Amino acid sequence: MTTVKDLPREDYFLSGHTACPGCGGAMVVREVMKVLGPNTVVYMPASCLLIFSDMYPYNAFKVPSLQILFETSAIAAAGVKRALKRLGKDDTTVVAFAGDGGTADIGMQALSGAAERNEDILYVCYDNEAYMNTGIQRSGTTPFGAWTTTTPLGSTSEGQGKNEFKKDVPRILMAHDVPYVATASLGFPADFLKKVDKAKAKKGFRYLHVLAPCPVGWRAESDSTVDLAKLAVETGIFTLLEYEDGVLTLNREPRFTPVREYLKLQGRFKHLSEGQIASIERWVKDKWERDRALAKALGPKPKVPVAIVR
Amino acid sequence: MIEMKPAVKLPTTGERRMVTGDYAAAWGAMVSRPQVVAAYPITPQTMIIEHLAEFLAAGKFDAEMMRVESEHSAMSAVIAAEATGVRAYTATSSQGLALMHEPLFVSPPMHLPIVMSVVNRTVASPLGIWVEHNDTMPQRDTGWMQIYVEDGQEALDMVLQGYKVAEQPLVELPMMIGMDAFLVSHTIESVDLISQEDADAFLPPYKPVHAYLDPQRPMVVGAAAPPEYIQEVRWETDLRMRRAAEFLEETDREFGRKFGRTYGGMIETYRLEDADVALMTLGTVTSTAREVVDRLRAQGERVGLIKLRSFRPFPAERLQDATAHLKAFGVYDRAVSYGVGGPSYIEARNALYDTTTMPILSFLAGLGGRDVTPQDVELMFKKTLAAAGRGRRASGVHWIGTRGVSP
Repeated sequence: MTTVKDLPREDYFLSGHTACPGCGGAMVVREVMKVLGPNTVVYMPASCLLIFSDMYPYNAFKVPSLQILFETSAIAAAGVKRALKRLGKDDTTVVAFAGDGGTADIGMQALSGAAERNEDILYVCYDNEAYMNTGIQRSGTTPFGAWTTTTPLGSTSEGQGKNEFKKDVPRILMAHDVPYVATASLGFPADFLKKVDKAKAKKGFRYLHVLAPCPVGWRAESDSTVDLAKLAVETGIFTLLEYEDGVLTLNREPRFTPVREYLKLQGRFKHLSEGQIASIERWVKDKWERDRALAKALGPKPKVPVAIVR
Repeated sequence: MIEMKPAVKLPTTGERRMVTGDYAAAWGAMVSRPQVVAAYPITPQTMIIEHLAEFLAAGKFDAEMMRVESEHSAMSAVIAAEATGVRAYTATSSQGLALMHEPLFVSPPMHLPIVMSVVNRTVASPLGIWVEHNDTMPQRDTGWMQIYVEDGQEALDMVLQGYKVAEQPLVELPMMIGMDAFLVSHTIESVDLISQEDADAFLPPYKPVHAYLDPQRPMVVGAAAPPEYIQEVRWETDLRMRRAAEFLEETDREFGRKFGRTYGGMIETYRLEDADVALMTLGTVTSTAREVVDRLRAQGERVGLIKLRSFRPFPAERLQDATAHLKAFGVYDRAVSYGVGGPSYIEARNALYDTTTMPILSFLAGLGGRDVTPQDVELMFKKTLAAAGRGRRASGVHWIGTRGVSP
């Protein structure tokens, strides 16, 4: 089991990439790659990651990497894995790193298809809660109330930030009954690394949803990335959970620090009214009640169907 | 009345059976030994993937078969598989090809020689399932080679030939093989089902030269690039498309030496040598047009036929040579570029601009899958004959058999 102490010194996602200072996405990729190691093939969609790591003639990965299109992360990773299998390299890990837009929105169809077919890939969503590469536009996982460039501020009801709550992608993946779904936060590296380890060891479709603060898009200090990732968990706004072979576990009972402690560090929330903050507090409370009920209700799932050759 | 021609002995190297064009294409795919097949069902392509699934279930075929959730994913899966370093196959039609439009652009610059059978079908609206070429022709500029076949045998043979051309290290371009909806896909004909052994002798296993994903030798496949580099990628892809012409011709000759059938390379000609005017057709209309040529010849008209097989690369030089002696040239299309004319007419006019001043006419018929009758084709010849010797002014676009508009 990889712990923070025995995290390999060797990097497979190298420094010299051109991510912004404090980029949560780059940290997620670096830590995941440390655990996955050299026998790995990486897929990236059009994203911040592609631009800061694989802009020709530069390349930040020490392992092979592929890019096709924005919405193709799950299917491309699956295609690579099927081909590797035919080449006798079934032991190679195929990982897709996609942002929240490429996962929750445009990539959802391919993601759902690959999950349903239980393709043998690891899908890592680094969730920075907006389309950051194109300039901070709202996505399905942008939280309620957040300012983005497509939810700008103004005097009407359309000018109060995002009017919808965050899409719960891990819950969608759980509904596919895949072998492994987990959430992680850069603020809890031990939990994060343990989950990457588990995901690496399992066969079939594995999904990791990692909260990756984006100081630029969140209008926060570039040295606050890890603090924000920690606070998101401790306020209860982001839940650390694990869905393994049909059993849902909530990994950490948060301190339930008041959610405004988290919001006040980010410029994207500075316009929020007391009413909007109350909505968020209510949402957090409801979410925990629901997740707890779900964790209680979900038991071991039926075994994977096996083809019988007559 | 169309006279029956005397039976000719057809060359058989495998098992000769009565099968549909879709079965023939599936057989061609099977004996090409793709390692990954990804597809999504759409009428009238469905039987191709159904037959491949049957071959797989029966243990005759060994591949990773991905029954994916959309054509966009089918194309993306075969791109990823080829990028990893294996041979891959898919098939689609119409709306499915339109949905693939985005990933179609990806494989040519990345040197990924995918082969795809496309059953040519109407693209909505109105929704229709019958033959039209307005699904493939708008994909002209994606960098894919485009071949149009006339029957089931050609649909099978071109899959094998397709991989051979596509995988040439100097080409490394993907190929789509157009087969007319129902007229090829669902028509049962006698087809020589090439044996695996013969197929293996013709088509060696795929060895990727320039692009593959191997942790032992890491490389980036499909990076982003700034303007400093992209124009060279475009130039190099264009160069490979130009080179493909020579390999299409050579591969067809090689196929002929092995299997006793050739298709003329990028174009096939019929009674053209001493013709005054000629018609160019593609797909199944060619079969009708051959009969019409014979009939008009019997009446003393000096007419000939060109079957356009390769739309990309476009056989400009071969057309220039083939048409040098003509007094007028008609070009039949089963697709329209609105406001201009038929796509292969546009291409032919461009190709012949430097070498001829004869009139070149565009004929549009059979759109939406309407039958193109011998009378329709005869009308095309008559109009072309009437234009002979009248110079470029006699060129123009003619809709044939449009209710209430044209005969």
